[in-house]
This record gives sequence, C-alpha cells and structure tokens, in this order.
Amino acid sequence: MMIIKPKRNNMKHTILTVLATALMIITAILLMIPFYFMFISSLKPGEEIMRYGLSFKIDPGISSFTNYTALQDYREGIYWSWYKSSLITMGLQTLIGLFFGSIVGYGIAMYDFKGKGAIFTIVLILLMIPFEILLLPLYRMLIWTSTVDTYFGVILPYIVPPFMVFFFRQYVSGLPHDLLEAGRIDGCTDYGIFFRIMMPIMIPAYGAMAILSCMNSWNNLLWPLIVINTDRKFTIPIGMGTTITPYGNAYDVLMPGAVAAVVPIVVVYLFCQKAFMAGLTSGSIKG
Amino acid sequence: MTTPAPIQPSRKRAFSLNNPKVVPYVLVSPFVLYFLLVYLYPAITTVIMSFQHLDGPNSATFIGLTNYERMWSRTFVQAVTTTLRYTVWDLLILVPVPLLFAVLINSTIVKAASFFKALYFIPALTSIIVAGIVFRLAFGTLDTSLINQLTGLIGAEPRKWLMEAGTGNFVLILLTLWRWLGVNIVYYYSGLQAIPNELYEAAQIDGANAWGQFVHITLPGIKPVIIYVTTLTVLGGFSMFTESVALWQSANPGGIGRTIVGYMYMTGFNKNNMGMASTVGLVLLGMVLCVNLIQLWLMGFFKKENG
Repeated sequence: MMIIKPKRNNMKHTILTVLATALMIITAILLMIPFYFMFISSLKPGEEIMRYGLSFKIDPGISSFTNYTALQDYREGIYWSWYKSSLITMGLQTLIGLFFGSIVGYGIAMYDFKGKGAIFTIVLILLMIPFEILLLPLYRMLIWTSTVDTYFGVILPYIVPPFMVFFFRQYVSGLPHDLLEAGRIDGCTDYGIFFRIMMPIMIPAYGAMAILSCMNSWNNLLWPLIVINTDRKFTIPIGMGTTITPYGNAYDVLMPGAVAAVVPIVVVYLFCQKAFMAGLTSGSIKG
Repeated sequence: MTTPAPIQPSRKRAFSLNNPKVVPYVLVSPFVLYFLLVYLYPAITTVIMSFQHLDGPNSATFIGLTNYERMWSRTFVQAVTTTLRYTVWDLLILVPVPLLFAVLINSTIVKAASFFKALYFIPALTSIIVAGIVFRLAFGTLDTSLINQLTGLIGAEPRKWLMEAGTGNFVLILLTLWRWLGVNIVYYYSGLQAIPNELYEAAQIDGANAWGQFVHITLPGIKPVIIYVTTLTVLGGFSMFTESVALWQSANPGGIGRTIVGYMYMTGFNKNNMGMASTVGLVLLGMVLCVNLIQLWLMGFFKKENG
C-alpha cells in the first residue's frame, strides 16, 4: 500500500525510507538484545551473574562452555528429562490438534447441514473465553479419571483447539467447493476426498498452525504445572522455574538451559519461515 | 432411515456413515464432544462449585452466596485492578503499534521488509519463563544491574524496578510487547495483503494522499483483523499469568503484578479453597464477556451478518 510515486516525491520518499528503516533497525536490535544476553551469560560462571547482573562485555577470561557440560550432569541429567517431556507434549498436542482441528474446520466450511451456524457460533464464543477459568473442574476431572501426572492430562484441553477450527474453517472457505463433487464422481468416499485431496491442498495451513501450536505448547506453564507432579516429567518452563528460588538462582543451569530451549525452535522456524508466513496469509482472517 | 425396503444393501446405505447427509456430523463430532467435555461440563461445575465449600476432591457442602460475599478482600481487588490496568495498556500499545509496523513492512518504503517481519517474530518462539529470566536480571535490584547502569548514564538514581508497583507493571508491559509485537505484525500483514492494490491506485488517481488512503482504504480493509487482534489482546490481558510468574515467581512483593488468574491459582491450589477460586473464575469470565461484547458492539459487529 501507500505506493508513493518515486518520480514526483523523490526527496520525501528518501527521507521516509531513511526514517522508517532506522525505526525498523532499532526495533530489531532492541528485540534481539535479550537473546544476546542469554547467550553471553550462559558462558559465564553463575556467581558472576549473581554478583554483577548482566553486562554487555564478553570477558574471554571467565567465559567457557563448561556450563553446558554442567547442564548435562545437573541432578543426574534431569534437564534432558524436562526436554523430553516438552518434546512429547508438543508433538502429541500439535499432531492431535492439527488432525481434529482441520477435520472440524473442514466440515463446517465445506458442508451445509443443520446446526452448522450454532456450531460456528460456539467456536467464536470459545475464542473469547479464557480457558484458565475452567482449570479447577478440569483438574477434578483428571483426578476422577486418574490421569493426573500423565501426558494425556496435559494435552486433554487442547485436543480440538477452537483457534485451529476457526483458522481451518476460514482457509477451506477460500477453496473451490467443486473439488468435493469432482472427487465423488471419481468414486471417492467423502472421507477419502478429505484425506487424499483436501489434506495435501491444506499443507500451508497445516504448516502455519503447526508452528503456532508448537509455540503454545513449548511455552505453556499453568496447566502442565497443575497436572504434572513428578519432577522428572516437568516440562522445560516448570523445570526452569524450579531453579529460581528465594535462596538464589542457579544461573549456571538457567542460562545454558534457556539457550538450549530456544535454539531448536528458532532453527525450525527459520527453515519453515516462508511457508509459515504464506500459510498464515492465505488463510487471511475474515470477520 | 425408516424405509421398509427389504433389500439389505440399500438399508445399509441409508445408515451408512458415508451418506453425504451424515458426513458433516461425523466431521464435527470431535468438536461437539470436546465442547461438552472440556468446556460445558466444567463451566457448569464451576458455577456449582462457586456455591460450595470444598475439602478435598470429594467432599462439598453448599454454602449459598458466602463465597461471593467473602471474595472482596484487598488482595482480590488489587489483582482485579492489576489485570484491568495491564489489559488497558496492552490494548493501547499492542493494537496500534504493530499496525504501524505492518503498514511500513507492506509498503514500498522499507527495504528488506520480509527480513524484519521474520526477525520480529522470533521472541514469540521463546518460553516466557526463559525470557523473563533475562528481564528479571536486566531490571534487577542491584545498583549495577543493566537498566540501573543505563539510567545512571543520564543521572537517574538506581531503582528497585520490580519491587515498585508502577515500574513493576511497566516491565510487565515491556515483556509482553517484546514477545507479541511480531505476532500481531504478522496478523496485520496478512490482512493488508488481502486488500486489492487497485483500490490504492484508484485513490491516487482521485488525488488521495497517504493519510487519506490509510483512513479510507487500509483501515476499513483490515477491520476484521483489528477485531481479531483486539479480541486476542483482551483475552491475553485478562488471562495473563505466565508473564507475572516469569518476573516474580509466586512471591509478588505486596501483590505487585499478581493477576486474577494468579490469585485464582493461589486460592485454589496453594490455599486449597476450590470453591472461592471458582467464584473468582466466574468473575473473570463475566468481565471478559462484558468487554468483548462492548468491543464487538463498538466495532459494529452485530450490524452485519457474521461470516
């Protein structure tokens, strides 16, 4: 937008470009600074951070990767147990959410049936309700079904995420509906059409939702904190939280742990970034 | 379904899950089950629990409105105020600022725009607890902490940032902005992409300047996205918990930064008063629904058919 004609407004355009680019660069630096500190602090001894806090300087004399090897041995490798828990819940939550979210969203968008309006209204309302208010009864439900302290308990509230249903519904609304008729003529069942024809078409949408779901799960604190009691089954956010105590924080563990928790998801994101943006854009949000 | 056809296959076909009339119900059935199990049943239970006193998971006594009467402690009111103030600041910053960036990124003014868009998104990938550690350290109580050193350069006294209500809430907003800026930019950007270029070309021929184009084409064009982002921001503001834990654990000094959800967690799980916690949850629900309805009404959402 704002296509400013270069010929006519050359001077104005140059000034705008300089100002806007400066704003973009400064913002980028500010947003990246915490990562810089995370990394250089992970190389320093914990006492150093405890005593002096963060500092811009990289001091080669006291910097080393020993914290990373210490992280491996911390409480008999408990950090990697947390990592595993985070990966398992992230994988399960994302795969199950994508499967059901896309099926339901597709059903609402592709078919006309009685009750369709009511179901979509419920989806919209759920988008506005903070799931947090249901924590207590959900927790009691887990107690009754003996699923406290299990991964199933952790993912239960995210099995058919309303935001995914909404997104897939929007996405499929933009697809040609005669695909369904064409598939039927070719002798496919309606389910076959979904799995063989529609799923491949929806790959960009799956990509975008996969990243959002991974983000949500990787960062989720409150519900896993309530569900999981065994310290070996903690997810990273809970586990990292336990190293922050009133008697001092274990920075030797916190900082390398923080870096190790960030790196994989950023790498995945950088690789899929284009597809992710394309997927989000193609399912553009309509009222 | 009740056709008296004697031939087995045709009756089977009428019952079949493959029947195009039945298929959509099969497809949406997971959501219906999910809604009943994860939302409706717990919601009803919450209402019931709010009238109860619960000792442990299986013993409950009805106590009428006692929870509603006893709820209004100073800590609770403080948590409500904190949450409201946080949500308002969130709305004031996280709705317009990302829009400005998205417009810049979508324009021809900035070079390498997609690079910035990708970069701004990265904070959203980190866990708030992990990022919060850096923010805690940067705004640490030490005179030598990073921010105190920086403010010292312009001659300001060192402060205990996270120990005072005003500055503590400021850091909370900063952490939120850091994490969500890029996400909202992407939402807005996807909306801007959907506006046809011809509209801008036509406006230019009519002699509209950049501001006029923004007000008359861009804003109406991305109104659905603005509604979407506002709704998400309201929801995120009211249900905020993790950011607060990241900065203070659960040891909020004098209750600084403790939100309604934080208060609910404390009441329900630390003090084991599930009934009272349910009451608090219902108050939260009431507040969110009110705000959302007002916002949708302001945006004229009810005037047209929702699509």
